[in-house]
This record gives sequence, C-alpha cells and structure tokens, in this order.
Amino acid sequence: MSLTRLLAVARKEIIQIIRDRRSLGIVIVMPVTLMLLFGYGVNLDLKGMPVYVVDQEGSQQSQDLLKHFQNSEYFHLVRVVSGYPQLTRALDDGRAKMGVVIPWDFSERLRDGRPVQVQALVDASDDNTANVLIGYAQAVVQGYSGERQINWLGRRGLSVQPVAISVQTRTWYNEDLESSAFIIPGVLALVMSVIGAFLTSLTIAREWERGTMEQLISTPVSAMEIMLGKLAPYFVLGIFDTVVGALIAIYWFQVPFRGSFATLMFASAMFMIVVLSLGFFISVLAKSQFAASQIALLITFLPAFLLSGFLFSIEQMPIALQWITRILPARYYVSVLKKIFLKGTPASMLYADLVPLAVFTFVLALLATRSFHKRLE
Amino acid sequence: MTDAIQPAIKAEGLSKSFPGVRAVDALSFDVKAGEIFGLVGPDGAGKTTTLRMLAGIMPPDSGTAMVGGFNVVRDPEGAKHALSYMPQRFGLYEDLTVEENIRFYADLFGVKRTERDTRSVELMKAAGMSEFPKRLAGKLSGGMKQKLGLVCALIHRPKVILLDEPTTGVDPVSRRDFWRILYELVTDGVAILTSTAYLDEAERCHRVALLHQGKLLFCDTPANLKAEMKKGVLSVTSNDPRSLRSCLQHAEGISSLVMTGDGLHVVVDNAARRIPEFEALLKGAQVPCDPIQQVAPTIEDLFVDAVGTGEPAHA
Repeated sequence: MSLTRLLAVARKEIIQIIRDRRSLGIVIVMPVTLMLLFGYGVNLDLKGMPVYVVDQEGSQQSQDLLKHFQNSEYFHLVRVVSGYPQLTRALDDGRAKMGVVIPWDFSERLRDGRPVQVQALVDASDDNTANVLIGYAQAVVQGYSGERQINWLGRRGLSVQPVAISVQTRTWYNEDLESSAFIIPGVLALVMSVIGAFLTSLTIAREWERGTMEQLISTPVSAMEIMLGKLAPYFVLGIFDTVVGALIAIYWFQVPFRGSFATLMFASAMFMIVVLSLGFFISVLAKSQFAASQIALLITFLPAFLLSGFLFSIEQMPIALQWITRILPARYYVSVLKKIFLKGTPASMLYADLVPLAVFTFVLALLATRSFHKRLE
Repeated sequence: MTDAIQPAIKAEGLSKSFPGVRAVDALSFDVKAGEIFGLVGPDGAGKTTTLRMLAGIMPPDSGTAMVGGFNVVRDPEGAKHALSYMPQRFGLYEDLTVEENIRFYADLFGVKRTERDTRSVELMKAAGMSEFPKRLAGKLSGGMKQKLGLVCALIHRPKVILLDEPTTGVDPVSRRDFWRILYELVTDGVAILTSTAYLDEAERCHRVALLHQGKLLFCDTPANLKAEMKKGVLSVTSNDPRSLRSCLQHAEGISSLVMTGDGLHVVVDNAARRIPEFEALLKGAQVPCDPIQQVAPTIEDLFVDAVGTGEPAHA
C-alpha cells in the first residue's frame, strides 16, 4: 500500500468531481432539497380536515354542536349544504373528507332526554385518515354531550361528581406530536444513500465505459489503493452532507437534538462505509454507468425510503416485511438517528442498532475489497 | 549487462481463447532491449490480446512470458513497475488537463517530483506539445492525445513499452514525431513492442511478426522477410487498372494480387517466365499497359500473399 498512489487516485477523483457539474450538484443541492422536501412537503399530521355539514334543523343546539367541531383544530367546517346530494358530491370529488348530518329532531330529542344520533360520513379511501377522523369526531361529540349533561344536572341544583377515572396523556420525545420531528432525522439516511451508493456506483463503471480502466490497471497501483482513493473523497463529502443536514434539521426545522453529536458522527461514518462499499461493489459488477446507477437506487435508496422506518413505522408492517427490514443497514441507522435526535439515547443503549450496523460495515467493506480485480475479463 | 543477453520480452507458447475464438495460439517470440518490434496483422489477428497478456492485465490460458525481468503470468504486479502499456483506445482522463494526467501517472509509478518536472518538460518538448499543459486532454486532437499517452507512458522511464496501434487515426506530422520519440528511446536500451495495422509502418520496425488468426506466420527483420520471399513481385501499371485486374485475375502462376494506385502488384511463382506471358495476355485482350517490371516485395505483398494462401511459412 502506497500513500502516494492512494492520494494520487483521490486527487484525480476530486478534480473529476469538481469538473463534473452533475455530481457537484448532487453533493451540494441534494441534501438541502431533500431536507426541505420532507420537512415541508410530507406532513402526516391531520389538521383542518374539510368538513361539509347538513343541518336539517338549524336550531340553537345544532349550531352549538357545530361550534364544537369548528373549535377543534382537526376540523375545518367548509360550508353548510342543504341536503345529501350536495354532501355526497363534495365527498365524491374530495372537497370534503367528512360530512356531518344533524337530524331535524336534534333539539327536540335533546330536550326530552331521548337518545339522538348525529351522522358522520367519512371518506375512507385512506383508511388511516378515516380512522383518525372518526376518533376525533367521536371525541368532539362526547365532549359536547358531557357538557350538556353537566348543564342539565346543574340546572336541577345537583352537584356534579367529577368523572372518576380519566387518562392524562403526556407525549414524550416528540412533545408537540410534530410529524416533521419524526421524519427529518431519517432524511439523513436518504442523503447518504444518494451520495454514497448512487455517486460511487458511477466511479468504477465510468472508468470501464470511458476506456481509462485499461491503462489504469496496467500501472503498479493496487486494487485496494484504487478503491480507497476513489471512495475517500465521497466519504468526506458524505460526512459533510450529514453535518449540513443535521444543522438544517436542528436550526431550521427545530427538531430537538438530545443525544451526542459524537455518537451521531460515529454511526454516520459506519453507515457511510456501508453505502460506499455497496456503491463500489455495484459499480464493479455493472460496468456501465446507467445500469450501475439504476441498481444503486433500487437496492439502497428505495429500501432506505420505504422499509427503513424513516416514513412508515416498521412495527406496523406485515411480519414478512419486518423480517426483510432486518437485513437493511438503513433500518439500523434510521433507528439510531431517531433515538439520538429525539430521545437522546446514549451510545451504551444503542447496541441493538450499532452492533448490526457494525457487522454490515465490516461485511460490505470486505465484499467491496474482494470484488475488484486489476484484470480484464 | 544481463539486459543485453536476456531479452526484454520473451513470450513462450502464449495462448488465449474466448468463447468460440482462439484469439492467440501458442505464440512465441522475443524482443531485445533497444529493439522496436512490430506486431502486424489484420483486425482480429490477436494483436491486442497479446499485448494485454504481456501488460499483465489479462491472464493467458497457457504459456508464459517474461517482461522486463518479471514473469508476467506469475507476478503481473511486479512486471507493471517495469513496463508501460498504451491501450488502443485513449486511456487517459479527458476531464483532466495534460499536466494533471502526467502528474497522475508519475505519482502512480512513484516518480519523484523533481524528476517528474524535468522529465515532463523534456518529453513535452519532444512531443511538440509544450504549449498545452493546461489544456483538457479531451480537447486535444487525435495525434496530440496519442502523444500525451506516450508522454505519460514514458514518465517513469520504463524498460519495456507496449503500444497497441498507437498511430491509428494520427495525422502524418504527429506520426513522424511519434516515431522519432520511439527511435530516441531505443538508443537508451528500451524495448518497444508495437502493434500496427499499417503495413508501411511495419517497415520502420527492427523486426516484425506477422500474426494471422492468433498464429505467428513470420518473424524476422523486414529486409530478411522480403529477401526470403521466393516468389517474384511484378508491378503492372496501366491507365485502365480495372481491365488489367479482370484480365489477369485468372492467369496462371499468380498467388495474389494487390491493387495499387495505378495498377497491380502481382505475386507470381516465376517472374522471368510470367512477364512475357502476361504481356502477351494483355495484348491479346487489348488492355493498354506499360512494360511489366519486377519490383522489390513490400511487407504488404508478403503479408497478403501469406494470408491469402493461408500457408504458414517458417517462423
């Protein structure tokens, strides 16, 4: 191993990255774009869902109930329509996510103390949203109902027993229940997958494609020197982008950061080696830039996006998929990221994630070094 | 000096097959230090495969080769310190400048900085490209690219240089520069193995080997090869070469015909006997022609004749 040769390869690679606007653009623009895209674009919080109302009665009481809906931040009463046909149309074309129908005998039944039913029509094309809406709607109606009972008892001079048991919820780690705090740390894994696997997948394939590899392998430079020299600049760029991404998350999106920065860097360095090794391995096998970049996206970016727990929680996946996620390095890294950012978990309690990540790092780095030979087929 | 006794390149029974093709078939030859050795043959003759095996980037199926004192089959990485290989396709980085390419290759061969600086000034001057150190290699002309390739190949003073069709697509001026540099190198005792598809270029080599379908047909100095050609070569010129060709094509005693600018080169078994015969034949067919002359054979005559009959001659 000669440091001069390793540095010569790294230096050459840096010049090429700087002169290639495409890769330079990916390195600089991509982390910021992904951060903004996921920070602003993806919002799993349900707030201000559009609701249409059919108020068949139009009484003081029905208005009271509607006010309760209006006061909830989850609903936005768009308009009151005169009947089912208009309501159905609004649900059909998506202007409304929910319709509330108040019956014509609403106040009468309330006055007589008879049970009364308010109908909620929910657009369940997205089952998750529908479930949440139903829950919120029930809560609103129950709240209204409870208030009425208290008033009714109060008017009869009866003191009100406070409800015996109630649940006091406190949300930890993500106190404001902001989905951006849940999502943004994971974006770092996406950024690194792109820098690491996508960009490096091109490096070896490019040399074959342009015919420079044949001359390169006829020199004394070793396979290891070529690999390390080529990957070193991308490692530095990847770590740089991780830091930039983390700073955007903390200072722009106000995601809490409670863990240690050193642990974050340590885990990031391991994950960087994982994706670089994968990218290099793919590049060696594919020998064409196009094929290499497609494979790289398919086996690093997509799993990191869909199966790492970055957006969709692993616990809610089908069992078979949950098993598949175990062979994805991104899963462990995303898990570490969320714990470091939101919980501040110390490194000593991250073994369950760090150990598998270390194993992947070792295995894939070994695979990459073994894959490349200074030989023509 | 062991170099003088031991050949710089010694190939023994090199063979390499690809699916369906025997690319190189039991090839043996050697190249001495201070010699320019030409591998001549049509496309697909096995020239590139031979050079790749000698450069240590393609293992042979069988056979062995010594390059610059190293067994390139057993120790390809050792041999790579002693040799330089220029592939047929431009192998330098088009997005790096002339200077950066030179520095890159100097670093890979562990050339010290001061040595690199003096050497590259010297080589760039010889190549006639001193004005372009900052130009991107991709922006150079074909001839300039090949000369840059040579500069990078020579930066570490290799003992053995392997060139794969280095002057293909190169303009005559650059080609002349290129050969001048090669001749200067051999006076320093460098061994040069170059392949070429240009048969006139073969005449510039000290020795040539004619390759056909992976087999060695001849191997000797151009002069000896031509002298050993038993057959006569006749030059028949006419202002109507087409009729000349159709008339003589099926005449007796001809082993091959090569079209030239103003007529034909005809390889015949017995020049003295065939000249009057052909003249009579042409006269009978009323094809106008100048008097037929016997000429010295060129490498091309020899090669076309050998490949045409498919008879492997003595090596």
